[in-house]
Amino acid sequence: MTALLELICPAGSLPALKAAVDNGADGVYLGLKDNTNARNFAGLNFDDRSLAEGIRYAKAKGRKVLMALNTYPQPATLARWHQAVDKAAGMGVDAVILADPGLMAYARRKHPDLRLHLSVQGSATNYEAINFYRERFGIQRAVLPRVLSLAQVENVIANTEAEIELFGFGGLCVMVEGRCLLSSYACGDSPNTFGACSPGHAVRWQQTPQGMETRLNGVLIDRYADEEKAGYPTLCKGRFAVQDQTYYALEEPTSLNTLELLPEMHRLGVAAIKIEGRQRSPSYVGQVASVWRAAIDAVKQAPDRFAGRPEWNAQLDKLSEGSMHTLGAYNRPWK
Amino acid sequence: MKLSLGPLLYYWSAEDTRAFYAAAAGWPVDIVHLGETVCSRRHQLRLADWLELADRLADAGKEVVLSTLTLIESESDLKALRKIVGNGRFKVEANDFGAVRLCIGQRMPFVAGPTLNVYNPETLAMLAASGAVRWVPPVEMNRDMLMAMAVPAGVETELFAHGRLPLAYSARCFTARHYNLQKDDCQFRCVEHPDGLALDTREGGRFLTINGIQTQSASVYSLGHRLAELADAGVAILRLSPQSRHMGKVVDHYRRLVEGQAADPGALLKFLPGNPCDGYWRGEAGLDYQPPAPAGGAHHATD
Repeated sequence: MTALLELICPAGSLPALKAAVDNGADGVYLGLKDNTNARNFAGLNFDDRSLAEGIRYAKAKGRKVLMALNTYPQPATLARWHQAVDKAAGMGVDAVILADPGLMAYARRKHPDLRLHLSVQGSATNYEAINFYRERFGIQRAVLPRVLSLAQVENVIANTEAEIELFGFGGLCVMVEGRCLLSSYACGDSPNTFGACSPGHAVRWQQTPQGMETRLNGVLIDRYADEEKAGYPTLCKGRFAVQDQTYYALEEPTSLNTLELLPEMHRLGVAAIKIEGRQRSPSYVGQVASVWRAAIDAVKQAPDRFAGRPEWNAQLDKLSEGSMHTLGAYNRPWK
Repeated sequence: MKLSLGPLLYYWSAEDTRAFYAAAAGWPVDIVHLGETVCSRRHQLRLADWLELADRLADAGKEVVLSTLTLIESESDLKALRKIVGNGRFKVEANDFGAVRLCIGQRMPFVAGPTLNVYNPETLAMLAASGAVRWVPPVEMNRDMLMAMAVPAGVETELFAHGRLPLAYSARCFTARHYNLQKDDCQFRCVEHPDGLALDTREGGRFLTINGIQTQSASVYSLGHRLAELADAGVAILRLSPQSRHMGKVVDHYRRLVEGQAADPGALLKFLPGNPCDGYWRGEAGLDYQPPAPAGGAHHATD
């Protein structure tokens, strides 16, 4: 076991990277300013200059920089993904996070010493799949989709040499990452090819006599009464009608928070905990990193005596979407 | 161009499923996919039952492919998968890289299914070198992307060309959620919805279809009127996705098209369980639709 409960934090910008590093992240993950990564939003991500400065800043403090190149290259623009892998290797990132096997083959061939992580967008939910990527391309770590129970995670860890990274906190995809095309069905752009779900350019907010309406490419995602707080129209988090009942038919707008599962994750040998949120502010990233740093340190010090402190969850609750938390699939009341 | 019947995405009673495939034996399709691809809890038919159907369809001259689960989570899912891959008789469609690894281990030629996310020639070449003899592009793949794909020799392209689009998979069951049931005690309510459960917007727009852990489009992907473009892009097989009613009529329509006979696109619309869509193929939002040219100018009409 080379790592245990590393804290991996999101860096959507250089200030966010610095906030993560200053508040105790063991590593940060980031992407370039284009569709080579799954957080392709205006105003986010890194150009050459900020990337160089980010790598310098993290390394000076002994932290890692992981670059997400986790969308699926397409024939016409394959060269852009190849150049991005070359850039990551050339600038000395500690690992690239990839979803596409063809791109893994390229990275392996061109940069045999570059460490490869399998992205959550690779949809690997079982050890046979993870071992495929490990045997073929030498991936050293796999990030699991947020669909497995902890018992299933334990079985994966027992059957692969690859390190396992789990999502610990932040926004929650209810669908298997990499296997959701809802966004491109509604508006043409999906995470797999465009690097974003329910992208801003397709979103419309409109006050109507029935309330505030949110639409994605014209499709009504939700409608809010005056006393309700209107949320971003992420497609799976809207209210829809099924057999004359209108409700959150796919997913309530909640966040994942697995703080209380940390001792169990430690016991299972989980290599790293990932915090979601490259689209969030530096201050958010800093606060989340700080709470999780303290919690992980506490678990490592005394795994048997770990107790989540009320102030940790209070602080995390304030930061998260809808102020509602779930343990996600790790614990399955609805399974 | 060949026709294939895709795997049954819904959960039908054993009786209805058997009746469907008994009829399919007489339909003009070349390839039939069998097996459960959506939910490991569905067991109206066990592997032995599917294999019995497979034998009958093979006897009727069909090429049979055993399709596999898309979301493989547990050890028991893997156990079931190993049995399918080791069946020794029929080709397997791998819908997850775990299945790909097992096929490689058995030196089994396989079909690279639509959820393997093959978006570029390097990934396809890697799969071909691993034993893929056929591939099904992701359903969102558009014409330009497919035209630009270098497909290795000996690999056939099968395109999802008709049916509600399988768009998303979850660990969570939305049918159980609708009935306020836990997934482990879902009471198999999917069986009450042979073409899924409609999910509409709050202003009554048809949007999606709930099918257990799978979310589908409400509109029906329908590329029959774009057959010439499909042929240009190297599509060798059209995949038609099973629906509970009029499937034989749908197959007949596509058979006429691939044989170059006149077929009225308007007639097909009567047999669809929803509005048609073709946006993905044109590089637009999947739900968009551009109707075929009016009769007389139809590109598939016999010359």
